[in-house]
Amino acid sequence: MNVSYELPLDDAAYSFGFLDEYAKREVRRTILKAICIPGYQTPYASREMPMGRGFGTGGLQVTLSLIGEGDTLKVIDQGADDSVNAVNLRHFVELTCPGVDTTERTTEASLIQSRHRIPEVALSESQVMILQVPYPDPLVVVEPSEARRKVMHGEADYSRLLTKLYEDIVQFDEITISHRYPTRINGHYVIDPSPIPRYDVPRLDNSPALILLGAGREKKIYAVPPYTRAEPLAFDDVPFRVEDFRDAQGTRRPCARCGATDSFLDELIDDDGNKQWQCSDSDYCHSRLAEHDTIPGEAMS
Amino acid sequence: MGYVAIKGGGRAIAGAEAAMEALRCAEGEAGTPLTLAAIEQQLRLLTSRVVSEGGLYHPRLAALAIKQMQGDTLEAAFALRAYRSTKPRLLDLPVQETRQMRLIRRISSAFKDIPGGQMLGPTTDYALRLMRLDLADESPEAFRSVSRRFMEGVADSDLPDSYPKVVDALREEGLLPPLTRSREAAFDITRDPLVFPVPRSAALATMARAETGSLLAIAYSNMRGYGDVHPTIAELRVGYLPVVLPHPVTGEPVEAGEVLVTECEVVAMYEGADSDGPPTFTLGYGACFGHNEVKAISMAILDRALQKGMRDGPANPSEDPEFVLLHVDGVDSMGFASHYKMPHYVTFQSDMDRLRTTQGKADAAQSSQGVES
Repeated sequence: MNVSYELPLDDAAYSFGFLDEYAKREVRRTILKAICIPGYQTPYASREMPMGRGFGTGGLQVTLSLIGEGDTLKVIDQGADDSVNAVNLRHFVELTCPGVDTTERTTEASLIQSRHRIPEVALSESQVMILQVPYPDPLVVVEPSEARRKVMHGEADYSRLLTKLYEDIVQFDEITISHRYPTRINGHYVIDPSPIPRYDVPRLDNSPALILLGAGREKKIYAVPPYTRAEPLAFDDVPFRVEDFRDAQGTRRPCARCGATDSFLDELIDDDGNKQWQCSDSDYCHSRLAEHDTIPGEAMS
Repeated sequence: MGYVAIKGGGRAIAGAEAAMEALRCAEGEAGTPLTLAAIEQQLRLLTSRVVSEGGLYHPRLAALAIKQMQGDTLEAAFALRAYRSTKPRLLDLPVQETRQMRLIRRISSAFKDIPGGQMLGPTTDYALRLMRLDLADESPEAFRSVSRRFMEGVADSDLPDSYPKVVDALREEGLLPPLTRSREAAFDITRDPLVFPVPRSAALATMARAETGSLLAIAYSNMRGYGDVHPTIAELRVGYLPVVLPHPVTGEPVEAGEVLVTECEVVAMYEGADSDGPPTFTLGYGACFGHNEVKAISMAILDRALQKGMRDGPANPSEDPEFVLLHVDGVDSMGFASHYKMPHYVTFQSDMDRLRTTQGKADAAQSSQGVES
């Protein structure tokens, strides 16, 4: 053992996009396969990233493999650009990808990495949406073995999942899946669309933007290619329903900040115990405020 | 009230970093920063654990990770693993020969004496776990002379090079089946995801960099009765394994360096007569970077349990390759447990929507029943 050995510091220099080039190429190949087989969970090796598994390492590997000079990246978490994890991921990309721009505006971004939300503003063909995925397989609720789930997916055997939905209706008169709503892609594979609320699921359907879903810990990448059908599982007589933001009188609650009545709302409890509702998509809320001279509802600091 | 409490993240992250750093240096004027050499040498078992769980044999970087992560083994192994992601794979390693290990310790619990002899070496196995209060205020002079005095009078030529392996003797006697070299290339878990069923080499590689406590817990379940390996340690050895690589120009094998490894072979009772040959014992194999005997033993037991599960179907969690291999990685499990600390208010909003809706329906059903009765 050589006690006097010194750490060569130049060894610790990081390359563009953190990952070595072979790793990025592997992720890009996996993405291509995922696009070719819409909704299929394509396995890949998945490198360890310098932030925790579960903090968006799958999405980040997709982002780092696609991003290049001239790209503009937006990172959101819970719909917000300034939540801690979004700040952290954006900072990491800024650190390891010189020449890349970052933005908080949905319309300016060429790549959008997100945890738990799809932006309110419709995406365009020139944008790629990257969702961070904790559980890639919707069948995990009915079958713990991955080997058996793989066979079920291949045979498009979703009978146990549909039975679960049916049992929900029998027991609660309502499908109780709140988020990660199982969604059938291009008429075959059912995906876990990541923990987006049901509110965002219709945005997957025939989206002009490519939607990529990356699961780092579970080592899977899957895709909803542009203009591809995405149908949430439902029954003819029990339609799919999104979150209900109506008050007791049946009136749609507006955002307390910008007044929007067409956005997903966060429910906030202030120090006095009063409830308020605000847009979860911070860019949408800011943009609406900037457009309007007068602010409906209470202005917030 | 701000937009929401969790936002304004950039300043908070910087603050958290500064607070961590302040705690690391909390000794203030009286403190001495830890040197990497001190961590690597004096906390050698901690360093061992981190190189093994990090899956990168770089004790000095491991020492840095331990210092930076303030002694958290999961975080330190994680930092090493993340560093590894930045490095390309240069070549497939040929099979390394552990018979060539320069041993510091080797024991067998299967035999009273073994070819080459038992060598207890550095171990706390038979030490009394009493507090050595003299270490609390150790004199640097005494500390510096210990190692020198230990090696005094030992000529280099007296140090044995390598020892025969106990399992070779068992094979010669026909107690273990003859060695069949696999023709398949070893599965590289850093380049291919585990898609089940996986070959044994994938299981071994996954366990070699698994988190020690996770491996131990599942192996212990097998030892206690959720399984039936009943192992005997044929040989446990710790030492420096010469790493032999093909020379980049000539292709001739050359020794490029050495790595400290722990290797364990357990022998278990033979299986039913489903094979054509005579009955033999069966073998479980464990090996990891660094000096970590509990890990190597746990791995050997689980290797044996998984071989049974792969052949006959799992009868216990420890025999189920998916159950074992997908739950023993410290970086994965620790990361996912930590991620629950992140904000989840969008999904929780969704949860509340479902609960309120079903509560409303239940209330309505109840009150309409009340009207009817």
